[in-house]
Amino acid sequence: MNAFDWTVQLLGILLALGAAPVLLGWVNKCRAWLQNKSAPSILQPYRGIRKLFYKDAVIAQNASRLFRLAPYVVFGAMVTAAAVIPSVATRLPITRAADAIALVGLLATARVFLSLAAMDVGTAFGTLGARREMMIGFLAEPALLVVIFVVSLTCATTALPIIAERLSAQSFALNPSLAFTAIAFTMVLLAENARIPIDNPATHLELTMIHEALLLEYSARHLALMEWAAALKLFNYACIGFAVFIPWGLATSDAPMGLALSVVVLCIKLTLAGAALALIETLSAKLRVFRAPEFLASAFLFAVLGLLVRLLLGA
Amino acid sequence: MEFIVLLVTPLLGALILGAFGARRWAPDANVGFSLVTFLSACALTSRVVAHGNLSVAHEQFFIDAFNVFLVALTAFVGLTTSLFSRPYMRIEADHGRVSGGQQRLYHSMYQLFMATMLIALTTNNMGLMWVAMEAATLSTVLLVTLYRTPASLEAGWKYFILCGVGISQALFGTILMYFAAEKVLGSEGVSALLWTHLNAVKGELEPSVLGLAFVFLLVGYGTKVGLAPLHNWLPDAHAEGPTPISAVLSGLLLNVAMYAVVRCKVLVEGSLHSSLPGRMLMGFGLLSVVLAAFLLWRQRDVKRLFAYSSIEHMGIIAFAFGMGGPVANFAALLHMTVHSLTKSSIFFAVGHATQKAGTQIMDDIRGLITLSPTVGWGLMMGTLAILGTPPFGVFASEFLILTTAMKQQPWATPILLLALGVAFAAIFGRVQSMVFGETTAKRLPHPPALIPVFAHLGLVLMLGFFIPPYLADWYRAAARLIGGE
Amino acid sequence: MTMHPLSWDLQVLNMLAALLLLLSFAMLSQRRIVALVDLLALQGALLCIATLLLAWRTGNNHLYISAALTLGLKVIFLPWLLHRLIRRLGVYWDTEPLLNITGTMLVGVLVVIFAFGLAQPISALASTATRNSIGIAVAVILIAFLTMITRRKAMSQVVGFLSMENGLFFGAMSATYGMPMVVELGVALDVLVAMLVLGVFFFQIREQFDSLDLKNFESLREDQ
Repeated sequence: MNAFDWTVQLLGILLALGAAPVLLGWVNKCRAWLQNKSAPSILQPYRGIRKLFYKDAVIAQNASRLFRLAPYVVFGAMVTAAAVIPSVATRLPITRAADAIALVGLLATARVFLSLAAMDVGTAFGTLGARREMMIGFLAEPALLVVIFVVSLTCATTALPIIAERLSAQSFALNPSLAFTAIAFTMVLLAENARIPIDNPATHLELTMIHEALLLEYSARHLALMEWAAALKLFNYACIGFAVFIPWGLATSDAPMGLALSVVVLCIKLTLAGAALALIETLSAKLRVFRAPEFLASAFLFAVLGLLVRLLLGA
Repeated sequence: MEFIVLLVTPLLGALILGAFGARRWAPDANVGFSLVTFLSACALTSRVVAHGNLSVAHEQFFIDAFNVFLVALTAFVGLTTSLFSRPYMRIEADHGRVSGGQQRLYHSMYQLFMATMLIALTTNNMGLMWVAMEAATLSTVLLVTLYRTPASLEAGWKYFILCGVGISQALFGTILMYFAAEKVLGSEGVSALLWTHLNAVKGELEPSVLGLAFVFLLVGYGTKVGLAPLHNWLPDAHAEGPTPISAVLSGLLLNVAMYAVVRCKVLVEGSLHSSLPGRMLMGFGLLSVVLAAFLLWRQRDVKRLFAYSSIEHMGIIAFAFGMGGPVANFAALLHMTVHSLTKSSIFFAVGHATQKAGTQIMDDIRGLITLSPTVGWGLMMGTLAILGTPPFGVFASEFLILTTAMKQQPWATPILLLALGVAFAAIFGRVQSMVFGETTAKRLPHPPALIPVFAHLGLVLMLGFFIPPYLADWYRAAARLIGGE
Repeated sequence: MTMHPLSWDLQVLNMLAALLLLLSFAMLSQRRIVALVDLLALQGALLCIATLLLAWRTGNNHLYISAALTLGLKVIFLPWLLHRLIRRLGVYWDTEPLLNITGTMLVGVLVVIFAFGLAQPISALASTATRNSIGIAVAVILIAFLTMITRRKAMSQVVGFLSMENGLFFGAMSATYGMPMVVELGVALDVLVAMLVLGVFFFQIREQFDSLDLKNFESLREDQ
């Protein structure tokens, strides 16, 4: 673990911070194109976050310290998660401290604080959103964990960077288990990031909100951090997906050329993934909330099937 | 030669009656085809008796001591049932319960059913046996629903689905057996599925696979035998279909399914060298006997009553085959024969009784003796026979089974005795009130065919006193073949 | 730990086996009967492709005939027959399963684990290259059985029955490269005749009950 590795780690975090809003902007742009509308600029989320930082925070009278603390905790958790996930390089010093299961724990921490803060002020919509968010999380987390189990079984380790390294070292093979878990992971991504078919990120109807309802009470810098954290969450999930299912292109050694190449490859992957996400969102309809558990049960099922197929067929 | 005639005649009959089955002469043609089948079965039998085991068409078909008498029995009961069905179906047609199309269906499916059962009995190929058993089910499904009443449709649906699912399990068992056999016999041609080849190498077949295969085969073919707890289709199918079909289902199909189970048991016991298959058969058999005996008390429909009696008797046969050994096997084979003859004669009598009374509910049938002494006495005699009264043949076989049980499996004897006693009380009480008393039944337009009833009962009576030496030799040879201990 | 790379045809066969399992789960949770029949046809198509691949790999010519039979019967004729029945009988939805969809799928997962355990000793003894798929075949059979149990409409039960036959066929293929030809022909004939008989049967049922809901079939009881 030399200075170069630490630099790479820092670079990864900065890249995540910078690229996350752009990813969100790109997804919105693709959605607009698919819906035949004219799209906002790809840097629009930046402008939104910047605007929010200039505003004055308005906080409810009965808000506790948790309410003020939550945005920082959530943001911090997301940044730490971005550090753990190998987005451009696989030799990350933090690997010894946190593996994939710790990653799930970080995401869970963020979710818990988000939900608690929403309930903190005592409004109806906040509680509604908190309950829905916890239900989604309760069902999505096992699916995500089983996905990680399958991949860990394949690579005999739970550390994401090492998984990525080992999977990218193999030649391409049709693995049914990885195919099933890929489908499961995509479904979990849609659910956890509040995308259609679980939740509409652009809705302003409170009764159908899940993620948006959690942010209703926030303003100014708190809201800015929360929105940035949401964008980071999407970026993180995308990078987990790449590391496990499309790991080729990651820098596995010290060479700066490899690093530059991996940044370029990451940009290409993000572009394609963003377009695919927009396509899925456009083609699906939002599910009624009581159908969300079925959706997530299917995700869990896919993941378990992947596990069973792996155990049986060895593939 | 006789063998070809044996198989071709019913198939030909099915085709011809499919076209002309609604004519006035169709029931007579049905009898004619069955007669030819029976005669060729007799010829085949005498040839096997004279020359020993017969192998036809490159070992695709194989007649030995075990299936030759079943072939003869099947053809005989087929003939007598077709004799019974002549006036029965004419009366049904006059009452307007069957249309022309339904008559065509009935007659052609009857012959087709005969053909499939004969194929199942004589084939050497385990896979083809499966195909024929499934075909036998399919040919009778539409017959069970012949009257198109809601109850008959439900009965037909249960029959189709339960037997279909059951027989799929049997297919899986057959696949597993082929899997084990392929290692020893190779996968060239059908050698690995021929029973004779399998019997020759059964010691070398993989025990774990065959054990698993037997479970599936027993569940699969056992569903068709009517072993509890897989018996649900049996009472409904017997009660709702036309009575000749109840007769052949009870008398013949159950026997053929039992034959399939026993053929598989021989192979599996040879491979496993343990008594697991025997114990499984005994377990299912005892369960069937006890369950049927107690369910008999709750029946209100006469055909359902005798259907449960069939389940009970098949349970006894299964128990006997499960015990194994020369005496038990002999007794089981004898029981298969006499049960088939007696049950079909009962159904003949019941058929005419229900036509006279216009109902199948026992409480509404009274005084059969006063209206038609032959039907009344036929039913009474048949009931006494099936309940194991001496000197009928059923008594002889049940006695043998009970004495063997006392020697080999003493714990089972009280259970069997209790069940037999309970069944006796239930059936006898009901039949007595049906046969005697005041009657409201009517005369029938066509005279009932009662020769079949008394012919069967006569045979059963004879078998109670005296088993012809060639028959005894057959039974003994078959018992030796089946083996087990 | 690196995975030993399998030859491409074995990889495809593994993928097809996994897809078969997926399809049986999809059938377990499907509410639209038309979609159910289409999934059955897709299952038949996958089986056909797998048979062709296996035929090419092992050189068994009778597997080609088997594949053609599967294609004709299970992909083309039977789904066409079922679609025709659906149109004429007007049964399109089967929305009241015995257990809710999520529960059924969880039971399905347990069934799959049981099936894999059951098939282990057989796989250990088999000498075919596809022996690992025997567990998947048994799982498909048991899930089809589960589909039959948890459905209310007669049509869904029939589709479950046919799916069970598909599983049996796949099992025969994985364990022994298919049964002898005469047996396969016999089985195909049986399935065909069974479906034709069912077609007639369904009309009789509909005539009598005006519906194909199996609630109507619960009147015959033990004490009749």
